[in-house]
Amino acid sequence: MRNIWTIAKREYFHYFATPIAYVVAFLLLLVVGIIFVLNIQYYSQNAMFGGGAPSPNIVTGPFVFLLILSVPALTMRLISDENRMGTLELLLTAPVTDWELVIGKWLGAFLFLLTVLALTLIYPLLLNFLVEPGIDKMLALSAYLGVILVAAALLALGTGISALFSNPIAAFFVTLAVFVLLWWLIGAPANVLNSGGELFSYLDMSAHFYDSLNQGVIKLTDVVYYLSLTLLGLFIGATAIEVRRWQ
Amino acid sequence: MIRVNGLTKDYGARRAIDGLTFEAEQGEIIGFLGPNGAGKTTTMRILTAYMPPTEGQAIVAGYDVVEESLEVRRRVGYLPETVPLYPDMTVFDYLKFMADLRHLPDAEDRVDEVVEMVGLEDRINSYIGSLSKGMRQRVGLAQALLHRPQVLILDEPTIGLDPVQVVEVRNLIREIGKERTVLLSTHILSEAQQLCDRVLIINKGKIVAEDTPANLQLRLSGGERVLIRVRGDAVEAAQILNKVKGAQAIQAFPDGRIEFSFPPGQDIRGEVARALVQHGYDLLEMRPLQMSLEEIFLELTRAEQSA
Repeated sequence: MRNIWTIAKREYFHYFATPIAYVVAFLLLLVVGIIFVLNIQYYSQNAMFGGGAPSPNIVTGPFVFLLILSVPALTMRLISDENRMGTLELLLTAPVTDWELVIGKWLGAFLFLLTVLALTLIYPLLLNFLVEPGIDKMLALSAYLGVILVAAALLALGTGISALFSNPIAAFFVTLAVFVLLWWLIGAPANVLNSGGELFSYLDMSAHFYDSLNQGVIKLTDVVYYLSLTLLGLFIGATAIEVRRWQ
Repeated sequence: MIRVNGLTKDYGARRAIDGLTFEAEQGEIIGFLGPNGAGKTTTMRILTAYMPPTEGQAIVAGYDVVEESLEVRRRVGYLPETVPLYPDMTVFDYLKFMADLRHLPDAEDRVDEVVEMVGLEDRINSYIGSLSKGMRQRVGLAQALLHRPQVLILDEPTIGLDPVQVVEVRNLIREIGKERTVLLSTHILSEAQQLCDRVLIINKGKIVAEDTPANLQLRLSGGERVLIRVRGDAVEAAQILNKVKGAQAIQAFPDGRIEFSFPPGQDIRGEVARALVQHGYDLLEMRPLQMSLEEIFLELTRAEQSA
């Protein structure tokens, strides 16, 4: 446990020393902010026609979408860089297990993303003042829980894929490809197939978020789905390191 | 402290090390000597529990490197060939990070101590990326010393250092080697000669010789070799040597040098000197020639190839 924390702490503060993390954080907050403002404008123009009030998922929806593009940038170098620089040899000859290393790396990235996510809380708080009688608190909670779960899963997959490479750029593109597959493509067969479509729609990463958590519905299957993906990602990472030892 | 038995490692079809067997006791400095690609780094990576062997067993500080790898890693300090550093960390932060990973109770004090040992006090807050190669090497060494390891494994510890630093690092290793076990690899033969209690010469994954540097010299020279220098024609002078009983392998050089050997136990230096002086040559110099580890090494690896 202690080792996980030591590694996570280093990784977390390391992000604040790299430009890529600032770029990612800046773009996330900027785009989410723009979409927020546009939504407010749209809803206020339509309010007189009974258009209803905006809900907090005008923040969480776009944020999750942007994660698909930004998580690969955050995770690409996590383990691949240690490979490239030879520092993996340092960590693997220190009394640290492969799992501790992978979980620590993942946790560092996760905490960084949570920090960025915490900054977006300003928008629902603002919204709470703008709409009468305030926002749906449960929906906000559920949507933010959804973002956290999606982030955990994406970061774990990215960390795992990073362990397969010595080149961060390669890790970036493979991670992005896997995300695009899981987010947009894997659910597609469900619309075409007559039978067996359930499997594909279950694997669809976006449906578990947009159709339930982001609408204020917390279902156990969705939580289990994201936690399983997280575990899978970490497992890929630990296995990749183990395999590297044997080569 | 280190017991290695039949250690073998294959990378695919290539056999990197082949049935290595050796031991090292506490307070011993062992030198691993061999050309690049001989299997030195592979052996060290196995002993530090970085990678498991294909066959054979290695016990380091009382623990098996495969079965009890975490116990081994707690007790071993390792400086890999490419010094593993994070260029965007300061020396202090880097060492503190490693000290935390090793759960040292007095982490910050200990960091100060090892920094002083390697003489980097004035660069403790510098970013590692801004340090020279020699300084980085010393940061790596500091990292290996942090947890007062029972066994220290150093892959080419003096590479990239300037001559003054080389001497400092060697003194440091010698100091540490008094109480702990040090295994170091080098391809600088004089370093092994100066530093090590015992030398293992390794070539193509096999140990071709194992002994103290002094014994290795004795064993391979097959008798004593002497260099003399005369004023005048060395080639003519060599004719006189030919007549001295016991003189062998005589070589004369145009600059007045003559080398010859005599069998162990038959010291003919006196006869040689007298013979030369009687024939009117001025004897300017006479001294025993030691076979350097370089020559021993070439000798051994050549024998290996022809066998």
